[in-house]
Amino acid sequence: MTPAGSLLIAASLHKTYGHTPALDGAEFSIHPGEVVAVMGPSGSGKSTLLHCLAGIVKPDSGSVHYNGRELTALSDAERSGLRRGEFGFVFQFGQLVPELSCAENVALPLRLNGTRRKEAEARASAWLERLEVADVAHKRPGEVSGGQGQRVAVARSLVTGPRVLFADEPTGALDSLNGERVMELLTEAAREARTAVVLVTHEARVAAYSDREVVVRDGKARDMAGAR
Amino acid sequence: MSGQGAPAEEARPHVSVARWAADLAMGGRFAVTGGRESWARTIMTAVGVGLGVALLLLASSVPHMYQQRNDRGDARSTLSFGDTQVKPGPDTLRIADADTTYHDRDIDGTVMAPDGKGTPPLPPGIDRIPAAGEMWVSPALKKLLDSGDGKLLRDRFPYRTIGVIGDGGLSGPTELTYYAGISPKAFGHVNSSQHLDHWGLENKGKNEPLDPALLLLIIVGCVVLLLPVLIFIATAARFGGERRDRRLAALRLVGADIHMTRRIAAGESLFGSLLGLAVGAGLFLLGRGLASGVDVWGISFFASDIVPSAPLALVIAAAVPALAVVVTLIALRGIAIEPLGVVRNAKPKRRRLWWRMLLPLLGLALLLPLAGGFGAGTGGGGDMKAYQAAAGAVLLLIGTTALLPWVVEAVVERFGGRGSVPWQLATRRLQLSSGTASRAVSGITVAVAGALALQMLFASVQAQDSEDTGQDPNRAQLMANVPVSDGDQARDAFARYRATKGVSDLLGVTEDYVSDVRPSEEDPSSIGEEAITVADCPTLREVVRITSCANGDVFLVDSPSYYGEGEGFAKPGAQVNLTYDEEGIPNLKEKKLWTIPATATKVKPRQDPAGGERTGIFATPAAFDVANLPDPDASAMIRLDPKVPDGIEYVRNASVALSPAMDVMRLSSSSQSDEFQAIRKALFIGATATLLLIGASMIVTTLEQLRERKRLLSVLVAFGTRRTTLSWSVLWQTAVPVVLGLALSIAGGLALGVMLLKMVGQPLAVDWSGLSTMTGIGGGVILLVTLVSLPPLWRMMRPEGLRTE
Amino acid sequence: MSIGHTLLGLLEGGPRHGYDLKRAFDERFGHDRPLHYGQVYSTMSRLLKNGLVEVDGIEHGGGPERKRYAITDAGITDVESWLTEPEKPEPYLQSVLYTKVVIALLTGRDAADLLDVQRAEHLRLMRELTQRKRDGDLTDQLICDHALFHLEADLRWLELTAARLGQLAKAVRS
Repeated sequence: MTPAGSLLIAASLHKTYGHTPALDGAEFSIHPGEVVAVMGPSGSGKSTLLHCLAGIVKPDSGSVHYNGRELTALSDAERSGLRRGEFGFVFQFGQLVPELSCAENVALPLRLNGTRRKEAEARASAWLERLEVADVAHKRPGEVSGGQGQRVAVARSLVTGPRVLFADEPTGALDSLNGERVMELLTEAAREARTAVVLVTHEARVAAYSDREVVVRDGKARDMAGAR
Repeated sequence: MSGQGAPAEEARPHVSVARWAADLAMGGRFAVTGGRESWARTIMTAVGVGLGVALLLLASSVPHMYQQRNDRGDARSTLSFGDTQVKPGPDTLRIADADTTYHDRDIDGTVMAPDGKGTPPLPPGIDRIPAAGEMWVSPALKKLLDSGDGKLLRDRFPYRTIGVIGDGGLSGPTELTYYAGISPKAFGHVNSSQHLDHWGLENKGKNEPLDPALLLLIIVGCVVLLLPVLIFIATAARFGGERRDRRLAALRLVGADIHMTRRIAAGESLFGSLLGLAVGAGLFLLGRGLASGVDVWGISFFASDIVPSAPLALVIAAAVPALAVVVTLIALRGIAIEPLGVVRNAKPKRRRLWWRMLLPLLGLALLLPLAGGFGAGTGGGGDMKAYQAAAGAVLLLIGTTALLPWVVEAVVERFGGRGSVPWQLATRRLQLSSGTASRAVSGITVAVAGALALQMLFASVQAQDSEDTGQDPNRAQLMANVPVSDGDQARDAFARYRATKGVSDLLGVTEDYVSDVRPSEEDPSSIGEEAITVADCPTLREVVRITSCANGDVFLVDSPSYYGEGEGFAKPGAQVNLTYDEEGIPNLKEKKLWTIPATATKVKPRQDPAGGERTGIFATPAAFDVANLPDPDASAMIRLDPKVPDGIEYVRNASVALSPAMDVMRLSSSSQSDEFQAIRKALFIGATATLLLIGASMIVTTLEQLRERKRLLSVLVAFGTRRTTLSWSVLWQTAVPVVLGLALSIAGGLALGVMLLKMVGQPLAVDWSGLSTMTGIGGGVILLVTLVSLPPLWRMMRPEGLRTE
Repeated sequence: MSIGHTLLGLLEGGPRHGYDLKRAFDERFGHDRPLHYGQVYSTMSRLLKNGLVEVDGIEHGGGPERKRYAITDAGITDVESWLTEPEKPEPYLQSVLYTKVVIALLTGRDAADLLDVQRAEHLRLMRELTQRKRDGDLTDQLICDHALFHLEADLRWLELTAARLGQLAKAVRS
């Protein structure tokens, strides 16, 4: 696996929280349109790797290259702007703003980026339809099921047409049927839009939706595509 | 009682007192043993409740404070009721008020001299009557005299300080007062004096019924100031409630029933409020110590005066924990704590308008019949009317507060997702929980509405009171009435003032009366009198309208309608009598005659700088020798040199040298009643304090809300939300309810104000300055809450929040 | 399960008699089914023929003659490739995988690596099944799901074993 043609490349990432090293020389790369599963036991540094890749957290050392730009050299505002415009995010839970309706939640990233309300909501409802949850558009997150809420979250992560989608245990709180449907919809939509997906999961059946997997153990990431 | 799956209503067993006590105690234990978080919650509640309790204790001390102060004031009073004037005797004391002012602070002074060789009465707080040239001073005055600031004041008192007046002789610790001894002869230079055979009032006014209007003001004032405190206490009892609910859910899981969880929650609040009582008592004691040094508008209290009334203190001690428990139970009514979590009633009942409207309407209904007739009602119904008015005002105020949640809900519901992202976040948040927001603000409503209404009342009364004085401070700034026994002394006094530092010019008039040379024809016992004013030409120009003036001229001004028909006796060429007997009656037996020159011209009067108009004979010194006046009054209108600082103090010092009991009046174009000024200030301070208190509870609520959504905030940061976006949403979230609360309270306050004005028969006038100040303070609170919330918000917006799972 | 590879792996620790080999095998892997000596004998002669072991010496004593076997370089290479080559994911793999892990630990090889490679192989198959499930009808989906859940169970076992490698290494080497 050569990094050539990669969209996002991380090299020798180190990150320590307090005295516990979360990342200890992790490497990673992903191509446009590729779905890469990041696997590993809990506490291995999966989420930290995702946070560093997405520019949410600055690594202590190492580099993260996105599309020719060094993320670690960008200011907080620039990284925020990048996350608003080019990245999308899905988390396991607690990500929808409870007082906004589902449609408003999906429209939120667009509106943060300055899109006008009408247009943002039109695009949001198109995505809700695509994820088969058009009927909950006007309900609040508290009033919908977990699976529906997660689909709303996926719709929200894709509505800006991101180039990289970061999904941290996106089906962690769902049963297998719902989880699978969410994964199907997510990967399908991502492949279609040539969106790269960094999929952090500890579930093999979820990881099976990826093109290849990277195993994080003791803060080191191992790309299993080249293991054989 | 398995209680399993049984509906809550059925499973209401007979709960024994012991059960209650055990559950309450368990709640109390939770309040302290739940780790740092529950300690923080308990402390927040305790501090909040404590602040409120301290205020309540202070309020309950007010009667005692005034009682003590008045008692001491009465004990040293020199007023005597009744007609019997004390005749000088061996055991009497001759005294005169010798009040003065220094740098705008009033100093109460009494000069005294024993009438005989006996034992004159001793005022409270001093050991012996000061001999001539000695004085006793209050501690505060001593401090002032000893300080660099009091340098000029030292020259005013030609006395040796022999001691400090004891607390028993003072109304408050910061009072400036002195007792000085002077020689009996010096009383000759004192305008008015009296003899005393004892100090203090003997028969104090026996519980005079309170003026109904005053009672009304007091009741409304109490409601305005104390209701927000109660609301604050109620809010404080609910600090951290959401988290506590989750803890209770965990208790349900291990088998507690609904009633038990409620009792445990009540126990937690009870513990917090009991701790709050202790904190409040501590704060009160602390504040009491500090309060003894505080001087507000010349009123101060000894710490020992500030004692809460025992019954009121008991009521506070009982009511505050009860309030906390009741508030908790009511708050829990709207939510169901299930074993697996807290279920807030997803669709809370729509707030009903009718009973909320009922309260203020009832209030108005009580007030309306009184409109226009309150002041007039001097009959026996006055008391009833006062209670009716007070009840009406209180209902109107409480009703306004009760309307607030409905208004907030109704308005917020109409926002419907339009506008910028921060606005959308804020309004949606408010739509979901408008109750929390309006609860916090409801204190504002009552405080601002009440303060506004009282403002209007006072402003209008004040506007009437502060009529034009007619004084013209451009022509002269000071006025001194010098007690003189003859015209020479008047001349000397003027010369002395002229030589005083800081005086640029002086208009001195010497006045006395002259009489007709013959008794009236109709009534032989009455003799016509006319004023005579002697002054130099520049001064005369200030008091009569003249075009030319030379020393030696005499002018005449007719008294209006004094003689009914025709002219008075004072005509050019007429003779007038200058002598008076000891009783002050024209003495026609030993006449001393003076002829008004035939050249005297009739002129019109002119308002002098002090606003007075003089009539009668006006003579220049060359035309009339002031030495001929038997008992003249000398008035000096003084122009100050604006370049000399403290000119007025030099003039006052010079005055005291002329007479030990003389004060100097400062001229101003309009006079304001000091009391109303003070009350207005007090209202502002009270309203500001309330708004700050409410701001504090809003800060706590906002922070709590932010902490609850730590994870959500981290997620929002992850997908690139700007700090400013969320900061603005916090601002809007605070601003919307505060603005609505202010709007409602302005409406309610204006309504109540109009009613109050109608009741006391004052013209309607809106106190715009008060209104804008209140609005400004409200805006300040919004900003304050937002600013204080920002650092924690930004701290929570860090991505570390994503890690906790 | 490959008895030959297992015996070879046991020989990596040093030359042993046939009877020793049987005892070592039974001790570690033959809890329910001890090896027959005949099996050992026939396997060893196959390995001898293939040049993976050699006879280190013969003991003549009271009983039957006892050959001492030693592993050859070719034998070591054979063990190496056996360990690194993932097993074809199929049901009831655990005995093979367990044997492999123990042998790897015994011979000082990286057992975690072995498990990672095996997981990759499992995942590869799961990907295929997932793909087939996507494109297929309900019957396909149900069949694929059955396989997927079994594979997932294996994978979980792999994860658990990976997490307990340290513990296992201690137990094996003691």
